[in-house]
Amino acid sequence: MITLSHVSKSFAQYRAIRSVSLTVNKGEIHGIIGPSGAGKSTLLRLMNVLEKPDQGEVVVNGQQLTQLSQAELRKARQSIGMIFQHFNLLSNKTVYANVAIPLELAGYSKSEKEARVMECLAFVGLDHAAKQYPAQLSGGQKQRVAIARALANQPQVLLCDEPTSSLDSSTTAEVLHVLQKINQTLGVTIVIVSHELDIIRSLCHRVSVISEGALYETVVNEPTGIQQLEKTPQSFVQKLKDRGGDHLA
Amino acid sequence: MPDILVQYQSEIMESIGETFIMVGISVLAAILIGLPIGTYLYLCSKGNLLQNQLVYSILNVLVNTIRSFPFLLLVVFMIPFTRIIVGTAIGTIAATVPLAVIAIAHYARLVEQSLLDVPRGVLEAAVSMGASVQHIIFKFLYVEARSGLLLGLTTSTVSFISYSTIMGVVGGGGIGDFAIRYGYQQFKTDLMFYVIIIMIILVQLIQFAGTTISRKIDKR
Repeated sequence: MITLSHVSKSFAQYRAIRSVSLTVNKGEIHGIIGPSGAGKSTLLRLMNVLEKPDQGEVVVNGQQLTQLSQAELRKARQSIGMIFQHFNLLSNKTVYANVAIPLELAGYSKSEKEARVMECLAFVGLDHAAKQYPAQLSGGQKQRVAIARALANQPQVLLCDEPTSSLDSSTTAEVLHVLQKINQTLGVTIVIVSHELDIIRSLCHRVSVISEGALYETVVNEPTGIQQLEKTPQSFVQKLKDRGGDHLA
Repeated sequence: MPDILVQYQSEIMESIGETFIMVGISVLAAILIGLPIGTYLYLCSKGNLLQNQLVYSILNVLVNTIRSFPFLLLVVFMIPFTRIIVGTAIGTIAATVPLAVIAIAHYARLVEQSLLDVPRGVLEAAVSMGASVQHIIFKFLYVEARSGLLLGLTTSTVSFISYSTIMGVVGGGGIGDFAIRYGYQQFKTDLMFYVIIIMIILVQLIQFAGTTISRKIDKR
């Protein structure tokens, strides 16, 4: 679905990505993990050419993005959804209007738009919040709105840049469930960048480990399932007493 | 109402009317020309969507030059230009030309500053959705910056009223010119005092309206 071949990217003198070749298969959830500054986010942003590679090719859904004209690239990006660590919603637009934006860009008619927005909001479980503004929502809800917005145009691919890094553990689970559902029911190919191994382990079918701008290795992973964190007092006490367990590592 | 205000009522009303014409046209110029120039300043600046050092520098120098003119000098300096545009250098409409020029430069700078407050991430999301530059401006930038844009326009309008008071030099009239001619030059200090109060009320009303509406449309 996504193929990077010998892609390099430098910022001034700094070589952020060094000749990375990577394939993301259709229908899989692909994790990208590595320490801070390894180039994970840059690698993700190369996949929809938010960062233009200095060298190499980026092919998504059969289209060579690096060869497209500006107009063609805009069109191609409409079927590549993206979500961000800080959600990047428009705070002066309602939840409904936020999800409607990509449809307006794609030229949907008013009635088609309305139906599709509500469908996407229902999918992420936020149809009741359509008239609210982002500032009135929790972090997890904001990210779900961002997911609904990314899904609106029925993308083949969803790129997720640290999607849960500004969320607490219970809302993290809520967002991960939505991502999993998107993959399983809609067949959308998902790429997740994260520095948290637990998240990558719980969802991903294959994981690429990035180190100093280069691909270290791609490994197959059996998704362990999303851990629902309990927040009862008993569970806290249990966890505190249970030191040395390997889940703390 | 004080007798002296009653006595000069028609002159005062006429002067207020002239102020409204001069300031009104300047506000219009600020929106129609200052807003696009400010938007271009922002878009062409370093690291932005249309990054263009040449265009940025030209606009930047132009805006700075106009704003650094002492306003009285700008009015006099522009007389030939004003003649070309409106056919005369004297009168309310002629006075509007230099006022509109300073209005454009003034508001363009405030627009640039408001747009700088829009989070980068929002722009990034826009680009990732495949938005064109035109879409980014109207569906993202102006939406997120709207309260700042309105507050800037309010500040500008108040400045334009202040600038308009010296338009007497080219026969522009206006409430400020009235206060100087009748109140100051004819030693009617009480009349000058009342006119100043009228101007204070006017400015207060504009500021109140601007602040209230901008708070209302700010959902951040």
